[in-house]
Amino acid sequence: MSGVHAMDKLRASVLVRHEVGLHARPSVKLTKLAKAFESKIDLGLSPDGPWVDAKSIVKVMATKAPKDSTIYFRAEGKDAKAALDALVTLVNEDFPDGP
Amino acid sequence: MDHRTHRAAHRIEGRSAAPGIALGSLVRLIAAKSETQQLHSMAAERLALIDALEASRRDLVALCNKVEHDDADAILSFQIALLEDENLAAPAFASIADGEAANRAWIAAIDPEIANYDHADDPYFRARASDLRDLRDRVLRRLAGELDQAVPAGAIVAAEDMPPSVFLATDWRNGGLVLRRGSPSSHVAILARARGVPMIVGVDVDHLESGVDAVLDGDAGALIVHPNPTLRAEYDRRLAEQSRLREAASLFSGPVLTARGETVQLMINVTGLAELRDIDPSKVDGIGLMRTEFLFQERETLPTEEEQYQIYRQMVEWAAGKPVTIRTLDAGGDKPIVGLTEPGDLNPFLGVRGVRLSLRRPDVFRLQLRALGRASVAGNLKVMIPMVTLPEELARCRALFQNVVEELRREGHGAKLPQLGMMVEVPAAALAIEDFDADFFSIGSNDLIQYVAAASRDEPQLADLARPSRAIFNLIRHVVDHAKLTGREASLCGDLAGEPSQVAALLDQGLRILSVTPGALGAIRAAVARYSGKT
Repeated sequence: MSGVHAMDKLRASVLVRHEVGLHARPSVKLTKLAKAFESKIDLGLSPDGPWVDAKSIVKVMATKAPKDSTIYFRAEGKDAKAALDALVTLVNEDFPDGP
Repeated sequence: MDHRTHRAAHRIEGRSAAPGIALGSLVRLIAAKSETQQLHSMAAERLALIDALEASRRDLVALCNKVEHDDADAILSFQIALLEDENLAAPAFASIADGEAANRAWIAAIDPEIANYDHADDPYFRARASDLRDLRDRVLRRLAGELDQAVPAGAIVAAEDMPPSVFLATDWRNGGLVLRRGSPSSHVAILARARGVPMIVGVDVDHLESGVDAVLDGDAGALIVHPNPTLRAEYDRRLAEQSRLREAASLFSGPVLTARGETVQLMINVTGLAELRDIDPSKVDGIGLMRTEFLFQERETLPTEEEQYQIYRQMVEWAAGKPVTIRTLDAGGDKPIVGLTEPGDLNPFLGVRGVRLSLRRPDVFRLQLRALGRASVAGNLKVMIPMVTLPEELARCRALFQNVVEELRREGHGAKLPQLGMMVEVPAAALAIEDFDADFFSIGSNDLIQYVAAASRDEPQLADLARPSRAIFNLIRHVVDHAKLTGREASLCGDLAGEPSQVAALLDQGLRILSVTPGALGAIRAAVARYSGKT
């Protein structure tokens, strides 16, 4: 293993275009997807946080992210890159129904 | 040899709440006793909460698999996700570790979350507060040992009592209902009659066993367990006759006339669009009462303006020019609504219900008035206000409605102020009817009777008091006379209008508009035809 240090935090951001913002259904999908990854993943409404656990529906819904807000992710762990890619895709594609 | 042949047929008397015959297997729903809340050991409290959370999660998953409505599915999925998130209950487990009881710890953990949503700017997030309240209460019910039991389809169901929401969620095809509590004029009975589900009340259900063969005779008000083959054959024959009669009643058409040729308008009472599917609008004179509380009850969240508008508009379109009288939300009393009615009302029938609640919750009331104002341009819509006691209440509703219609027009919606009438069901209003600025009057006999007689419609022992009396007929006459004098319409939309034996007495008071449950149309039409004037 080289290049990946335990303390490395990968970052990504994406615009929420869902017609009503980060509501119940999108939040359920987002947290479910986040839980599929081992990495610690945080979500925030600004690049500097405050950060909440992206795997917690309680915390994610509490951000009350409205439509047209940008949400920020940071991830730390072995599958951090894959996790961020998947989460950004989910939001970009407007939370499609999963398989 | 069949072991059942050893058992003698056993007849149990109750009181008829909805006519009809059902044959089948008996299913008894068990209401769990709620455990007295005393503090157990820390470990026991912790375990109780873990169990209650898991049981609630399982209930929600089962519910989620049953619902077809997309919105309901989204809310249930959200609630399930909340329960699966350790963050939700973490503070509760922390307080249990500090010696708190599980129920108080759970409330203390979830209430700040509810408050957080209550204070949100965005109405969508604000509405999630009711999802959390619902979740809080579900877990509390589980902690108290109460059970959510599914009601099987097509069975004869016996239970202590049944909330309307459970009745509505059940598939009653060929089934029937036996309750200890409730009465012929309770709301579940209203629904049972509208849907043709035989029902009896006042039966000691404790000694009934699940799985036995039974006959429910909703006409006689009796339940027969282990019917012998002769009895069974007799009821099979009556069941076939019942189907034939129901079909024949649906063939009636043309105006409803008394024996003297006087026209009586016969309308129907409904609770939603589902009931209209099987009714031909050309065979009725309109909808005399649409009870909107049921739109608010079958769900986890309050309906939006758009949802309500679509339903009201479709009703008006169904009626094709005939009047559709929609009653604004009559919540409270025995019709509680999650996130709206006040729990722990000391005496719900004398409490914050009907217009009293609507005027205290203008946010919810305005949405309904907006939906009604928009739907009224689609046809002949009339709106009536329940539980009006003082003229000022009706005046406030009128002012609010005018304001809402102006607002809609400013926003570019088609909208108009429909005829605004009142339910006459509070004795104070009936006695001083001259003081009310209503466009029409609709007498709600169910509540009027129980308020005049000071006898609950749900108390089996007082069923003989909660009956029409001279006092009731005098009040009806007073309202009808005033309406005639001032050129307004008066109708009666309570269960009284659906009882063939009462039709003559109602027509005697001068009433010429009756609104009945769809199942009673044939019998009431026939009773009107027999009426030849005051004897």
